[in-house]
Amino acid sequence: MSIPLHVIKVGIGDMGMVHSPDTIRTSGLGSCVGIVLYDEGRKTAGMAHIMLPEAKLAMKEGLNRAKYADTAIDDLIVALKGAGSSPHRLKAKLAGGAQMFQFSSSHDMMRIGPRNIEAVKENLSLYRIPVIAEDVGGNSGRTIEFDPNTSALHIRTVNLGKCVI
Amino acid sequence: MRNPKAFTEWFGPVQLNVLKEVGNIGAGHAATSLSKLLNKKIDMRVPGVEVVGFDTVMELAGGADKEVVSICQRIEGDAPGTMFFVLSPNKAAHFVQRMCVSTPVFLGHEEDDMALSALNELGNIVSGAYLTALGDFAALELASTVPSIAQDMVGAILSMGLIKMSQVSDQAIVIKTSFTDGEGRREEDIDGHFFLFPDPDSYVHFFRSSVM
Repeated sequence: MSIPLHVIKVGIGDMGMVHSPDTIRTSGLGSCVGIVLYDEGRKTAGMAHIMLPEAKLAMKEGLNRAKYADTAIDDLIVALKGAGSSPHRLKAKLAGGAQMFQFSSSHDMMRIGPRNIEAVKENLSLYRIPVIAEDVGGNSGRTIEFDPNTSALHIRTVNLGKCVI
Repeated sequence: MRNPKAFTEWFGPVQLNVLKEVGNIGAGHAATSLSKLLNKKIDMRVPGVEVVGFDTVMELAGGADKEVVSICQRIEGDAPGTMFFVLSPNKAAHFVQRMCVSTPVFLGHEEDDMALSALNELGNIVSGAYLTALGDFAALELASTVPSIAQDMVGAILSMGLIKMSQVSDQAIVIKTSFTDGEGRREEDIDGHFFLFPDPDSYVHFFRSSVM
């Protein structure tokens, strides 16, 4: 792994772009999902930290599009196109979508993690973008960092240690 | 395109003051119950209400990556919402030890059922006190779910309280009260926080029921 010049940080409900040798990171994914779309050849990637499955869930218009699985993926692809990557060369890695608390009542909010994962995969399949690796579900929070040089997604958890996918 | 801040824009100083009082009453009673339970002085810090972006919410609790122990409770009834009682892992272990007067306990990595159930009980009592005070103050019928406990990153935990709000706004209204058990030497030492995130539709009930 090369020494990164900068670690680009992506906040909650936000997205960002990275080019090697920089890396890109988002912290504290719970039920949220971190989506990485990357172009191995160009060593370019985009990352989104989505909170909700679809923009349709939004009760008001004009909200940040990076918050939703569907609009975030649309925008990531547009941004990567702008950086010179064609959609058919893009691959995806995913992490997150955990259920942090176990409640007896089956509130639909409790299932938001699995719903986020489903929505991400559905929207990626619309673009025929393959999911190369994923670390999703469970009940642990995740901090992830993607290195576009090696296409490795580093995942850190509090209770289960670190792994690379 | 509508303004993304539309939902939070109609929160003026009057509304924020009501919410500050909501946090103050709830956390005040919760701290008293914690103090009794531990037979220990608990000092409340001035409650804060802020309208901030989601990332700032995590900063208020020490940063998205920070490891904490949190007891989370869904509030149901007239004004649904989510409440978090957040402690540092050290402080949580310390509190449990004080409750159990037993051998040292280790939370998290090594499962300690006794410690976890004691901590759950502590969470039950403390968040129950918060809710009861809140309901009485605002004359609302509030019921709570059985609290659930997690030891994990602040971001992973608190983001659950933002899901409802994130459907109508890119900003969150944070009702936060911090406390200390007086063992910290410095003024800025904080041992834990209470966070209340009412669902978007719940705010109107607090404003309606309070003396405005």
